[in-house]
Amino acid sequence: MKHTLSVLVENEFGVLSRVASLFSARGFNIESLCVAETLDPSLSLMTIVTRGDEMIMEQITKQLNKLINVIKVTDLSARKFVDRELVLIKMKATKTNRAEILRISDIFRGKVVDVSHKTLTIEVTGDEGKIAAMIELLKPLGIKEVARTGKIAMLRGAQ
Amino acid sequence: MKLTGSQILIESLKKEGVEVIFGYPGGAVLNIYDEIYKAKFRHILVRHEQGAVHAADGYARSSGKVGVCLVTSGPGATNTVTGLATAYMDSVPLVVFTGQVPTLLIGNDAFQEADIVGITRSCTKHNYLVKDVKDLARIIKEAFFIASSGRPGPVLVDLPKNVLLDSTNFEYPENVEIRGYHPTYKGHSFQIKRALDLIYKSKRPVAYVGGGVILSDAAKELREFITTLGIPVTMTLMGLGAFPIRHPLSLGMLGMHGTFRANMAISECDLVIAIGARFDDRVTGKVDEFAPNAKIIHVDIDPTSISKNIQVDIPIVGDCKQVLKGFLKEIRANEEETEKVQGRIKPWLEQIEKWKKKHALAYDQEDVIKPQYVVEKLGELTKGEAIVATEVGQNQMWAAQFYEFNEPRTFLTSGGLGTMGYGLPAAIGAQVANPDKIVIDIAGDGSIQMNIQELATAVQYRLPVKIIILNNAYLGMVRQWQELFFDRRYSYTCMENIAPDFVKLAEAYGAAGFRVEKVKDVVPTLEKALAYDGPAMVDVIVEKFEGVYPMVPAGASLKQMLLV
Ligand SMILES: Cc1ncc(C[n+]2csc(CCOP(=O)(O)OP(=O)(O)O)c2C)c(N)n1
Ligand SMILES: [Mg+2]
Repeated sequence: MKHTLSVLVENEFGVLSRVASLFSARGFNIESLCVAETLDPSLSLMTIVTRGDEMIMEQITKQLNKLINVIKVTDLSARKFVDRELVLIKMKATKTNRAEILRISDIFRGKVVDVSHKTLTIEVTGDEGKIAAMIELLKPLGIKEVARTGKIAMLRGAQ
Repeated sequence: MKLTGSQILIESLKKEGVEVIFGYPGGAVLNIYDEIYKAKFRHILVRHEQGAVHAADGYARSSGKVGVCLVTSGPGATNTVTGLATAYMDSVPLVVFTGQVPTLLIGNDAFQEADIVGITRSCTKHNYLVKDVKDLARIIKEAFFIASSGRPGPVLVDLPKNVLLDSTNFEYPENVEIRGYHPTYKGHSFQIKRALDLIYKSKRPVAYVGGGVILSDAAKELREFITTLGIPVTMTLMGLGAFPIRHPLSLGMLGMHGTFRANMAISECDLVIAIGARFDDRVTGKVDEFAPNAKIIHVDIDPTSISKNIQVDIPIVGDCKQVLKGFLKEIRANEEETEKVQGRIKPWLEQIEKWKKKHALAYDQEDVIKPQYVVEKLGELTKGEAIVATEVGQNQMWAAQFYEFNEPRTFLTSGGLGTMGYGLPAAIGAQVANPDKIVIDIAGDGSIQMNIQELATAVQYRLPVKIIILNNAYLGMVRQWQELFFDRRYSYTCMENIAPDFVKLAEAYGAAGFRVEKVKDVVPTLEKALAYDGPAMVDVIVEKFEGVYPMVPAGASLKQMLLV
């Protein structure tokens, strides 16, 4: 099963590679990883999307906690959370498909951020389901390139 | 007062109570060596940096103190990797200082630059690159704290040359505050109660004890726990010495080369009480068939060890000593139940006794010297009171099976990594920590050649370690696998006629050399070597094709033991 982990770490050089090499050394996979400084500049927040059964997730969480520079690990998937990803999609645009691309982009509240004779680049944010649905619809129209930030996430409510 | 980085290092080591550094100099650490010289700090010059780490490791395992190493940048640093990985796998507290090129040159492929922090990330508990002399004292304090607390392990501190030259005010921190590091020592009392409930209900319990008990100095508590409840106990390779092997409740070692009764007991029991052990594949055999009908209680300070290979019913995260104390408190308050368990498990102990009689560890001493005989005699001659280091292979397993360990910190062996070449430098380190004890390296003819250069260290510092080579002219353990699983195709494991003359070799280094070829000469020669006032090496020509038994083939269940 897919899990989204929120990992609070010391904002120090080398921490990202400690986390990444833990995943590779133990054979855990990373589907996406986002990291940036928090309000407290001495800390960074990582959002890691990974897969595993219960036993593997327990190991991943414990192994992360064991790293000296890791302060807190939360498996968001066990609770209610919001997640967002920003995606740039460059479409092969022709006279005939241009309107359809714009229509789909509109439905998903996408924004055109670059246009040329042969391309249209759309920016869109959303949760996993929305992004997947949009890409699915755009695929037959000719996607040239996709760049994704990876998921960031947060628990809902006051938790 | 302002001190340079090098001076801060030496002053900090004094504050930490460090008595000795195992090291090897080079360009990047010249300034530190100058301070060592001026401060007359005790330093043991090894002959290879791998030897420095193993020696610090033997020092640490035998004394319980943190072992300290100092090496230069680049090749000096990379030579420590095997030693670090060895210590990491066996949870040995070390702090290893490596020189580094100046911060401005880092990343420039400078002369003798190696990204040692990157290289050792996965074989240290933690590591640091010190970028500013102002952080140095704090980092050293943290390094010692991390190495020796929680589940111990090696910590590496990389010291760029300019940091060693820069100066700052020296103040050694009193306390450590690391936001992400708070090991749990005290076991949860509710979990302890639940565990005890299971123990009180069990009919066929077995305690399975590992190196954690030794690391947390819990042998005394373990002994009381076992003898009060009357529960049989088996030890892992790393756990040997935690409980007296001759005690009627001891089952000896379990696992791949464990005793028949230990492996049978674990397979038939209804409750496993794992204490400071981590269900290594060499112990469990086929995981699905490990203790198939048992509930499992697992005490360990490292949460990642719990439910890693085997699903546990009652996890107790905590220090073995603290948790055992917690158990003892409850047990003492519950005499009635305790007596009941003792009664209930009587038939179980009788069954175990039957297994013991059926297949005890044994060998036949015929014309050619048997390696087991040599180890047994060593045990008798030293009354089981020596500190025994081993190399890796058959020699290691025979040492584990036939030298009877009674005290913790007397058996030094590379269990997790299985590092050939560990024994001699580890013995040297143990002798430094225990000048009045007999320290022996039980060696193989292959392994001893992996760090033989350290014989020079033993001679230089008059460290009277005794190296007993069980010379079977083979990389014996690999040969045994080839015999059993590869139709005796002995591919590159025969060392016959290509080994050096170990007696001459010992003498060339300035140590005493002995050779034994006849059974009747074994005891007199061992006596001579043990009595010799200095390092001695004994080349014992043993049976070439002797195997280590019982043996559980890799991946088989513990019950599928090959018996001689
Ligand atoms: C550094 C290293 N290389 C290779 C091995 C694989 N290995 C395990 S036991 C062994 C044979 C050791 O031979 P020897 O020291 O003569 O011991 P014996 O088994 O004959 O007692 C080998 C090669 C190892 N454990 N460590
Ligand atoms: Mg051999």
